[in-house]
Amino acid sequence: MSGLTYTAPTSVDDAVKLLAGSSGLAKVMSGGTDLLVQLRSGRLKPELIVDTKKIPGINDIREENGGLVVGAATPGHVVEANAAMNKSWPGVVEALDLIGSQQVQGRCSLAGNLCNASPAADSVPALYASGATAVIVGAKGRREAPVESVPAGPGRTTLAKDEFILEFKFPARPANSSDAYLRFIPRTEMDIAVVGCGISLTLDAPNGTITAARCSLGAVAPTVLLVQAMADAIVGSKLDDAALAKLDAAAQAACKPINDKRGTIEYRTKVAGVLARRVAKIAYDRASGKTVKAH
Amino acid sequence: MNYLDTNLKVVGTRPVRPDGVDKVTGRAIYAADTRSAGMLWGKILRSPHAHARILSIDTSKAAALPGVQAVVTSADFPEIKSEEAFVGEGPMNFRDLSTNVMARGKALYEGHAVAAVAATTQAVADAALALIEVKYDVLPHVIDVDAAMADNAPVLHEEMFTAGVTPKPTKASNIAKVVTFKKGDAEAGFAGAEVIFEKSYTTKPVHQAYIEPHACLVTYGSDGQVTIHSSSQGHFMVRAYTAKLLGIDMANIRVNPAEIGGGFGGKTLIYLEPVAVALSRKSGKSVKMQMTREEVFRGSGPTSGASMDVKIGAKKDGTIVSVKQILKFQAGAFAGSPIGPGCMCGLALYDIENIEVVGYDVVSNRPKVAAYRAPGAPITSFAVESALDELADQLGMDPLALREKNAAKNGSKTHYGVTHNNIGFEQVLAAVKTHPHWTSPVKPGQARGLAAGFWFNIGGESSATVHVNEDGTVTVATGSVDVGGSRASMGMMVAEVLGIDVAKVRATVADTASVGFTFLTGGSRVTFATGMAATQAAERVVDELKRRAAAIWEIQADAVEWRDGKAYPAGSNAGAFEPLDLPAIALKAGRTGGPVTAEVSVNAQGAGAGFGAHICDVSVDQETGQVTIERYTAVQDVGKAIHPSYVEGQIQGGAVQGIGWALNEEYIYSDKGQMENPGFLDYRCPVMSDVPMIEAVLVEVPNPRHPFGARGVGEVPIIPPMAAIGNAIRRATGVPMPHLPMSPPTVLAALDAAKK
Amino acid sequence: MAKSYVSTTINGESAEFLCEPQQTLLDVLRDVIGLTGSKEGCASGDCGACSVMLDGTLVCSCLVLGVEAEGKSILTVEGVAQGEKLHPVQQKFLEHAALQCGFCTPGLIVASKALLDQNPNPTETEIRYWLAGNLCRCTGYDKIVRAVQDAGAVMRGEAS
Repeated sequence: MSGLTYTAPTSVDDAVKLLAGSSGLAKVMSGGTDLLVQLRSGRLKPELIVDTKKIPGINDIREENGGLVVGAATPGHVVEANAAMNKSWPGVVEALDLIGSQQVQGRCSLAGNLCNASPAADSVPALYASGATAVIVGAKGRREAPVESVPAGPGRTTLAKDEFILEFKFPARPANSSDAYLRFIPRTEMDIAVVGCGISLTLDAPNGTITAARCSLGAVAPTVLLVQAMADAIVGSKLDDAALAKLDAAAQAACKPINDKRGTIEYRTKVAGVLARRVAKIAYDRASGKTVKAH
Repeated sequence: MNYLDTNLKVVGTRPVRPDGVDKVTGRAIYAADTRSAGMLWGKILRSPHAHARILSIDTSKAAALPGVQAVVTSADFPEIKSEEAFVGEGPMNFRDLSTNVMARGKALYEGHAVAAVAATTQAVADAALALIEVKYDVLPHVIDVDAAMADNAPVLHEEMFTAGVTPKPTKASNIAKVVTFKKGDAEAGFAGAEVIFEKSYTTKPVHQAYIEPHACLVTYGSDGQVTIHSSSQGHFMVRAYTAKLLGIDMANIRVNPAEIGGGFGGKTLIYLEPVAVALSRKSGKSVKMQMTREEVFRGSGPTSGASMDVKIGAKKDGTIVSVKQILKFQAGAFAGSPIGPGCMCGLALYDIENIEVVGYDVVSNRPKVAAYRAPGAPITSFAVESALDELADQLGMDPLALREKNAAKNGSKTHYGVTHNNIGFEQVLAAVKTHPHWTSPVKPGQARGLAAGFWFNIGGESSATVHVNEDGTVTVATGSVDVGGSRASMGMMVAEVLGIDVAKVRATVADTASVGFTFLTGGSRVTFATGMAATQAAERVVDELKRRAAAIWEIQADAVEWRDGKAYPAGSNAGAFEPLDLPAIALKAGRTGGPVTAEVSVNAQGAGAGFGAHICDVSVDQETGQVTIERYTAVQDVGKAIHPSYVEGQIQGGAVQGIGWALNEEYIYSDKGQMENPGFLDYRCPVMSDVPMIEAVLVEVPNPRHPFGARGVGEVPIIPPMAAIGNAIRRATGVPMPHLPMSPPTVLAALDAAKK
Repeated sequence: MAKSYVSTTINGESAEFLCEPQQTLLDVLRDVIGLTGSKEGCASGDCGACSVMLDGTLVCSCLVLGVEAEGKSILTVEGVAQGEKLHPVQQKFLEHAALQCGFCTPGLIVASKALLDQNPNPTETEIRYWLAGNLCRCTGYDKIVRAVQDAGAVMRGEAS
């Protein structure tokens, strides 16, 4: 019985004005797959919903300066079908693809997944590992920020009330680079990650030495973590057993999980190490030019 | 009449079910699809506390909200005396049922209904619930069965004194009753055993998780006539319980069975209907209610979780000489777990000289349990079949050979007094032995498990009417709700008896005013008992058709014979007449005695017991504890498959429910006794990608007590999976799995513990 | 609470309705339009019983707001058959007995059709993962997978 208003502005300016002008809780909606569940359960009682999907470009993917720009509300199934994204960022694609069912893939988006700010969000560890930046628009104009600066804690972001994400910029890929994402769930589909791990690597040559790495863990802390110690464990190596053991240990050391209905502290910590090893191997093989299916 | 050795033309084939097109086009009407002009939406306020005294309920603000037309609490329901009724899948105390439908004095579990409203829209009804002020005195609660049995446990019912023990206890407890079954002398048996195996097992409560939430649409007329459309496994059950709980004559209640979106036992009792009728009576309007998925989990019945001990003694040759089993079943907030079948079913598969089974029915602050497919049997068999697997290793025996050695046969006397007759367990085991799954080598990285299961099956009261329509087509109406294709099998049995094309027979489910009393759909009884009624009604129609043909031909009725859907003169002495088919006889029915129709009501006895055995190959991710079901075969004695596709479907569906029970399904509670996973996201039923094809192998040992030899088939397939999977995991890892679910954290913890 | 006027196409016919901002497309289809073939099993996107096509994309109608349907085209289970002629997916569900209670069936029909429209010859694994968001508690999925495989063969012209 709330006085909820739904709007679907067709420009960034209109959207920002609506958000800035709202006196109560205003929610930005892209796919709505989290928002509608929260509305239905009564957990959220917004006064205003601003549906961004009618803003030009927000559902598209384009190339820019050798990198890729993905509109914030682009649904999962569109990203999954994009050849350029699959080539450069297979880890991001497979992470986004793991969110929910095929039906959810028709709606879910990178921005929604990031701004819902769940530590267990599947696409977010891959997004962190990618080094993507979020293009944020608001009353003060447009700014760019690393994706990992957006979530602030479970369900909270650093965005101002009048701000929302317009698109994500993925950097140009050096040669011999790739990424991967794995999550652990009890079933084969439809679960929330018990642990998630995204890793992006660059090698000096196929099957060569790792020269750069970004490693991320989900569902083991209040927010998704970007773990420098995991990157340090494998940079300079050819991902030999010793490097993998160090990676496993670094991942476990980074975990600050809780016991909840989806997993225990002990289990999450242990599996974080297992996943880190498995993800690193997939990313390494991909960076070496092999086609590897993670799922 | 018995058709076991006749040349069947319809029974055993696979026609498209009569309600099929409606269900693939979205036209089938389920309870939540019904509406009525001017109807109100009813909603229930539920206790947030696991155990609390209700000090006061102030509904004045809710009642004053514009759009709210009725508010009810327990004060609007008559107080019902304690009265035990046996309803087939578990005992039912009507006072408990009334108090479960609407809490009186205490809320006994999180989700227990405490008040309800009816309003013009769902949004208004939700807002009204938020305005109801309930003052609670929160009491200590207890969730698990062993804790509930402890001396210092919070007691749910101050008047509960354990039944079945002497002398009668003077102190109230959560143990509703103790039941004991004995055969021979278990202790003496162990004294003669050469090998003894002993272990404790636990299982978690699991929900039936039918996809359709409970729903109903009711109207209380100003003349006191009540109509109910609802989703249940028995509309006569809905009528009886609603009448009882509200003090209404049964004749004043008419229940229309909507299509039911799954039940599995969970819709053998009621939650919404009496509340909706009370709201309708108070408002003078029709009232529609439907549960949310969260309400289904918090407020409706799962099956019991349990804590069990098993001790088995055997000779070195594998002869089991003695078994002792202790079963403690959670009943939820009210007495009535399936402890009886639990005590009966685990050991009825084997011919054992000495048996002692002690069962405890224990209440705790959880939703009242409801039947779930072979209630009690999957739990007890998880323990027994897991123990047998380890015993087989200890004896150095093949697990199939151990079962063959001890298998119950015709003439074996069970520990609950019944002597097996016409059973097919040996045939099931023989089918396992020669099945390509069993004989194939286990793939590298995998392991194989085997387990068996038994359900006694039930018969009971059923009614069916067969009408020959004016054009010679046939309608069969029964009182059995069709959960999984029973209209198809009813139509087929009637078509077989009449000797006509099944497409000329239309099977329907009749409402409570249109057919005789029929007990609910459960216990795997419909094909057996209602099938018997329908078959007998069809036979009476055949007799009548012969009389009508005789009248047309002006000869004696016994000079007419019926075959292949036509009346023929019984021989040359009877005269020379062209055969008369159904349309020809129907055309002249008005002149030969009126409509041709027959109704038969039976109380069917002789439901043949069902046995099954499942083979399962698994792989285990030793780093994460995740189990993958690689191959699955379910062998079962089905008596005679009337419609083999739907028999296979029962077996495949039951097996996958069992896989869910084995691997991931459980209720997770907070320390406040609140359920933390009341949705399909975190209550993890198997999804399509979790399971392989399920090969259903139909063994047909006819049940001579059914005209076509049918046995109930729906219950048995959920019994073996938990142990079959657990045994496979044990063989894959070397680590026993005595606790369900065998979810990744549980399996990994067990593997890690074994390494230490 | 002001209602919005929404103009859409449902199963090929133009349709207009009034809806409240928080009402889902599923609420609208069932309670406003009266198309009750789409079912509510969870209202949280976890069971798939409410699956519909929205501008050609498979979605859970419980995860779409009714107001979002403005200007869009919706296909529900009621629009899958061509008049009296069942779609091959529907026909094969019947022939394979791929339904028992039938409550999940509408969602499975829509989702299976969506799969075969974009992948006419899916593997068993592809079928199982595409339909993982459609819970069925009765069948154990076996006959559903076979029905979808067989319907694909019909649509490819390899079977009837």
